Amino acid sequence: MLYTASDLKKGLRIKIDNEPYVITEFNFVKPGKGQALYHCKLKNMINGNQFSRTFRSVDNFEAADLQHKKMQYLYKEDDKYYFMDNESYEQVFLTEEQMGDAKNFLIENVEAEILLFEDRPIDISLPNFVDLVVAQAEPWARGDSVTGNTKPVTLETGYKILVPTFIEEGQKIRVDTRTGEYLTRVKD
Amino acid sequence: MLEAVRRFFSRRGYLEVETPNRIPAPAPEHHVDAVACGGWYLHTSPELAMKRLLAVGFPPLFQICKCYRDAERGDRHLPEFSMLEWYRPGADYRFLMTECEELICFVASELGLGFSIPFRGGAIDLGRPWPVLTVREAFARFASLSLDEALCRDVFDETLALEIEPHLSGNRPLFLCDYPLALGSLARSKAEDPSVAERFELYLGGLEIANAFSELIDAVEQRRRFAEANDFRVRTGRNAYALSEPFLQALAEMPASAGIALGIDRLAMIFTDSHSIDDVVCFVPEDL
Repeated sequence: MLYTASDLKKGLRIKIDNEPYVITEFNFVKPGKGQALYHCKLKNMINGNQFSRTFRSVDNFEAADLQHKKMQYLYKEDDKYYFMDNESYEQVFLTEEQMGDAKNFLIENVEAEILLFEDRPIDISLPNFVDLVVAQAEPWARGDSVTGNTKPVTLETGYKILVPTFIEEGQKIRVDTRTGEYLTRVKD
Repeated sequence: MLEAVRRFFSRRGYLEVETPNRIPAPAPEHHVDAVACGGWYLHTSPELAMKRLLAVGFPPLFQICKCYRDAERGDRHLPEFSMLEWYRPGADYRFLMTECEELICFVASELGLGFSIPFRGGAIDLGRPWPVLTVREAFARFASLSLDEALCRDVFDETLALEIEPHLSGNRPLFLCDYPLALGSLARSKAEDPSVAERFELYLGGLEIANAFSELIDAVEQRRRFAEANDFRVRTGRNAYALSEPFLQALAEMPASAGIALGIDRLAMIFTDSHSIDDVVCFVPEDL
């Protein structure tokens, strides 16, 4: 699919030099009697690099071929996180860098949405809330705390998080994956 | 605001006119696209019709009307917008600079705003006379390359919009004048320097508010420039427009005049301290 400059808008995803970019800011400018200019800030969807570029109305663009697929997280090997496509059973991997914070909230056999660019995995999005087991928590004595009513614990993924002092080892808690913060205790 | 504008012009002996919005032959310009309408076009400005009136002896004229330009949409652009155009026989663009100052100061005072207009966190000081800067000086002062380099590399518009215009948003109005001749297709060239057109753009708070010319009245030269603009349009994948023969014939009879087009919506943005043109109209295309 081909876009022309007049299709450009915030949020549109286009392909430049074989890489996918999302338009993060967009401005139409047209100096008096001059030509229409389309001033964009673009973010590379693979490496996050940002830059500004100004296009003219004669410019055109290929749409970035992106799709979301539900996949199951299998395992980690070296710094690669392997996922399986639930329909084709094909396996793909994301690097630790591509995983970003998602690696803190992912346990085996859980489903996540993988973003594919031309069938290449480039990003992951998790549900807003995940439930994880507290793997390690020190017993907490009243008066130990300088931070008030919270204490640090380690989750089954290795992620360290502050929780209320009543949470104990082996219990399950709900975490907001957008902020990385504790929400509530979950009873099985 | 519109009442104040009308009062200003009627006190000065200008005649208000209306001319057709739907026309068979809009002026071919490099970067202005007309909207097709029933086999003809909606006018992009009332310029050709108003000049024909001057050619048959009308006094100074003004008009407030809707104009239509295809695919222009942004913070400062609507595809349908309100234009104020006025023409004065016997005057040149310098005269219009003064008249612009007088008009805008008059409207501001009628609106009870005085000479300091709050705008985007600062204030625009309307104290006269307003500064004048040539395009050549503006490139020398604010741009990373000279005017000649920008023209040669075909980046005039980019440099003006992205490097220079951000510097024109100070607390003073500004007349940016003497554009390269190729960029003012209906303007007369300057006697002292034929490489530039007698043209200015008025900036208020960094917004381009008005565009004025000492009008070209040489029909042969005008025909040549229209043909050149049409060539450019075809080369860049757009349609050419038929030439308006009645206009070209009338041009030979037209007295030396100055003319100016002022964006009413943008002036309203200034007086209401609005960030977007959307804030000064009742409906935008996306609402319809």
